[in-house]
Amino acid sequence: MSELTDTTLVPGHQASNAELAAAKGPSKGSGPGKPRSLWGDAWYELRHRPLFWVSAVLLVLLLTIAAFPGLFTGADPRDGDLTNHFLTKPELSHFFQADWFGYDVQGRSIYARVIYGTRASIMVGVGVTAAVTLFGGLLGMLAGYFGGWIDSIVSRIVDIFFGLPFLLGSMVVLNAFTERKVYVVIAALAFLGWTTIARVMRSSVITAKQADYVTAARALGAGTTRILFRHVLPNALAPTIVVATISLGAYISAEATLSYLGLGLADPTISWGIDISSAKDAIRDNPHVMLFPAGMLSLTVFAFITLGDAVRDALDPKLR
Amino acid sequence: MRGAKSAKWVALAAVVALAATACGGGDDSDSGSNDMNKGTADPKGILSAQLSEPQNPLQPANAKESQGSRVLRAVFSQLVDYEPGTGKLRYINAESVTPNKDSSVWTIKLKPGWKFHNGEAVTAKSYVDAWNWSANVKNNQTNSSWFQDIKGYEDVHPEKGKPTADKMSGLKIVNDNEFKVELTSSVSYFSYKLGYDVWSPLPSGFFKDPKGYGEKPVGNGPYKFVSWDHKKLIKVRKFDGYQGPNKAKNGGIDFKNYTTADAAYSDLRSNNLDWIEQIPNNALTNYKTDLGKRAIDQEYSAVQSIVPAFYTDQFKDIDPKVIQGLSMAIDRATITKTVLHGSRTPADSFVARGVLGYQAGALKEQVSYDPKKAKALIKEGGGVPGNKISIQYNADQPHKDWVDAVCNSIRKATGIDCVGDSKPDFQADLNARDKHQVKSMYRGGWVLDYPVNSNFMRDLYGSKAAGNTSGYDNKEFDKLANKADKAATLDETVKLYQQAEQVLAKDMPAIPLWFYKVNSGQSNKILGKIPYGQDGDPIFTNVQVKKK
Amino acid sequence: MGRYVARRLLQMIPVFIGTTLIIFLMVHVLPGDPIRAMWGDKAADPAQVAALRHEFGLDQPLWKQYIDYMADLFQGDFGKTFGGRPVSEEMNLAFPVTLRLAAVAFAIEMIIGIGLGAWAGLKAGKAVDTGVLIFTLIVISMPVFVLGYLARFIFADELGWLPPNVQNSEDIQQLLLPGFVLAMLSMAYVARLTRTTFAENLRADYMRTALAKGLPRRRIVGVHLLRNSLIPVITFLGTDIGALIGGAVVTEGIFNVQGVGNLLYKALGQREGSTIVGVVTVFVLVILVINLIVDLLYAVLDPRIRYV
Repeated sequence: MSELTDTTLVPGHQASNAELAAAKGPSKGSGPGKPRSLWGDAWYELRHRPLFWVSAVLLVLLLTIAAFPGLFTGADPRDGDLTNHFLTKPELSHFFQADWFGYDVQGRSIYARVIYGTRASIMVGVGVTAAVTLFGGLLGMLAGYFGGWIDSIVSRIVDIFFGLPFLLGSMVVLNAFTERKVYVVIAALAFLGWTTIARVMRSSVITAKQADYVTAARALGAGTTRILFRHVLPNALAPTIVVATISLGAYISAEATLSYLGLGLADPTISWGIDISSAKDAIRDNPHVMLFPAGMLSLTVFAFITLGDAVRDALDPKLR
Repeated sequence: MRGAKSAKWVALAAVVALAATACGGGDDSDSGSNDMNKGTADPKGILSAQLSEPQNPLQPANAKESQGSRVLRAVFSQLVDYEPGTGKLRYINAESVTPNKDSSVWTIKLKPGWKFHNGEAVTAKSYVDAWNWSANVKNNQTNSSWFQDIKGYEDVHPEKGKPTADKMSGLKIVNDNEFKVELTSSVSYFSYKLGYDVWSPLPSGFFKDPKGYGEKPVGNGPYKFVSWDHKKLIKVRKFDGYQGPNKAKNGGIDFKNYTTADAAYSDLRSNNLDWIEQIPNNALTNYKTDLGKRAIDQEYSAVQSIVPAFYTDQFKDIDPKVIQGLSMAIDRATITKTVLHGSRTPADSFVARGVLGYQAGALKEQVSYDPKKAKALIKEGGGVPGNKISIQYNADQPHKDWVDAVCNSIRKATGIDCVGDSKPDFQADLNARDKHQVKSMYRGGWVLDYPVNSNFMRDLYGSKAAGNTSGYDNKEFDKLANKADKAATLDETVKLYQQAEQVLAKDMPAIPLWFYKVNSGQSNKILGKIPYGQDGDPIFTNVQVKKK
Repeated sequence: MGRYVARRLLQMIPVFIGTTLIIFLMVHVLPGDPIRAMWGDKAADPAQVAALRHEFGLDQPLWKQYIDYMADLFQGDFGKTFGGRPVSEEMNLAFPVTLRLAAVAFAIEMIIGIGLGAWAGLKAGKAVDTGVLIFTLIVISMPVFVLGYLARFIFADELGWLPPNVQNSEDIQQLLLPGFVLAMLSMAYVARLTRTTFAENLRADYMRTALAKGLPRRRIVGVHLLRNSLIPVITFLGTDIGALIGGAVVTEGIFNVQGVGNLLYKALGQREGSTIVGVVTVFVLVILVINLIVDLLYAVLDPRIRYV
């Protein structure tokens, strides 16, 4: 509950409702029976949006950093030297060197930590999005398509999860594991976040299954599985994709918030969230210690959210 | 005209104040009327102090945490207390506390004429009834086990089942101002224990309505309780009929509630609050420039250490040399100066400074930073199994920075990998310790209960001590500790414990890191420095408020 | 309509029971013994621990604890804290604070959000539109604790415009900064939503009709456009009230606000099941009722929607 207000956790009401309201369009707008042209159209639209390119370039860069951090810095992010480097200020002219962004409380290179921290954040974002889309999407689809008691049960479970406090939920999941690695944080966020996708999927499946071509397919004797995956799903997917892309950024932000509260990732994993959290004590004298990881974090979230935004606009003809 | 002029002054002052805060540390505390040593004391002046909401009702034996205890100490006086600085015993409500030959029966005489805040006389019965009530298991006082030395404790506080009596047989009233305490065995430092809040007397009304009295305590202390506006304010005022030597030098205390140290600190700087508990971590680097002479930087008797879990495969059969090596790989001097911003001082003993029996340099080599020797010792001792250690801590308190720094230091000096093992909160951390689930090492901390060295050793490293959660077991130490506890005089006890400390120094059941310091501050409404006790809490009765 | 409301109210029962049960189980699953932890780093006395555990009913089997709790709850008794105080009293202290903070945040979010969105919507495709879009993206990209520290650093520490902490929640001025931080995220969404519906409705037929009738532009925008565009925005704002009332652990923590978020955070640290379940129960009830009201409001505002 509470923290949803804080965390940009798209699973919360805010994002979901806003995006939902805006994202409902595509399934109506796409028109029956021509999914390919919808995606083609979307790509055409995307190519003509400057913000799309900005985010795409950023994302390629970030993914490269996440995959090969060693290419960008020679410094060891865990290597601290208290005697020499305690809270030294950034040397902004020392490009790509260990002291470029200065040193943190432990005398570790902030630049190296920012570079090495990219991987955890991106893995969390992508991991949670994948888990949530699969699980929430499946439940939402079943609820929407079959209706009746399945729908009732799923909807009530979704309601229940909506009321769960973010803190409590994540603490329970985190404590279920002995280690605080990336997959644990993914599990915690997915546990709390699947409801949004389930709702979105459910409502777009309900719209899609009433379409004439579905009735036609059923009249022709197509099986449930075939109807679901060949006819309903492709036409109901657009809003889910939109919400998923936009949430990806929000999950990265949520991981940082968890780490800030001491519930997220922990040593020896290197993460921006951890660094921001320990930098908060230095904010008065050495704001740069927080600035760089927070800046990188915001930049990454920005890249993903902007991409999601562009995708939504492209998929929604009403917004053009 | 006058009004306009003063308004202008106020505006100007506001601008100056703003400028001062904006620069992050205008030091205006030493000049003119702000000089903390100038001005006259106002005996009726009210002082405001930081507090967070006490967790339990304000019953003397029910305050396990410092917040409730802070209020209780204002409202209740004990038989004795400790002289600040030396930690020596001083009589408050007691006229004398005298042991028999083997320190197993203690005779306590009270100063006559003392009154509770409601006018009732403080008598031997007030003490005996209070102790009997507090010790009784069914009254659910968290500190009930403090009475376990007294004969008949098992009757009111059996290990299982219901109490069979409501009085401890060891407590005998001689007359209104005298009673005897018989202990189950000799405890030479029993009188030292009596300074804790647990041993407060209670008025007769308390036993009829403990809940109501917990909400609105009536005590015998220097301040009488006025009101408790939950989560906002607790008010106590000077008790004019107070007979003790530690009469309040101010008119009373307003305990204001804060949830963050940050909030309290900014109120202190704007002089809306006269005393804060602890400088927030983000201001530790420059609070001395912010506050000038109003900064408080004082050591108190608490020690922080890292403790190997001896039940793990890693430390089960470890050679003490390895632990000693790990200890020598920690650069305490640099870490306390940098990461901890001078808020701790390197430890040189298992016993904190300011405690009876503390020996400067009881640990010498063991706590000096020497990477070469550290490496050699670890190698000699057969190395650390797995070549990797972790230090468990709780993430809801600011432990991460020093744990990381200690780990860095060990890693750099010895090449043994070291990581912090963070538990989300204290409960999870404690649970893992109690259940023996710690993977390698854990952070340990100990604040004194009473200022005798036994408190820092027997209660932590005795193989049967309830506070020993590491599974440490040393027969030689147990034997010495046992002998020390049974010693007839305090001197003997202290000496024997000093010997026991040398046994520990060889065996290293824990790696002491540093002693705690209070980093705090006071407003410019206070005259002179706020004095502190050995437990790190201020002695509020001695605080003087300036006349306005 | 009546039947619809009745059905919705009936649906609340399983959600209510499910939520309380799940929270109950979750608190139980968390490692740590709240009674033992009262002793902190020091050794606990097993006999006293057992007695206290009995006092709080923690020695009962879990199902019995749950049933006892629910039975008390239906009589309006939320149980007591480990300090022996009624949980309802704790909530009485915390909820008004959070309500005030939520009201401030809500006002900020509504005024600035709708204002920015309408501005951008009316100038769709122009520089203002892009500016607002990028602004909202940046706001959404920043985690709230970064935003909180940043806002405090700039507006309180450096500029000194606003008090950095909340000492007295009845003073609106003190609530401005945390209210602003709390509102930022939703504000960005409100702005974007308003912008979208404004831009959409600008092209609607009724606008063209109104324009053709020769109505002044101010009247068209103020009456026709605003009324039609705000329906989805109001729905969003409605659901958002619930989220705001839920309190915000991070924001409340940064600004020393003694609200529900703080209460919950503390209760979690102490494993105080009664408080946790109590707060969440009230919160879930609030959300369910607000959702219902929003859905009904939707029908009132949009005549095309009918509930049966």
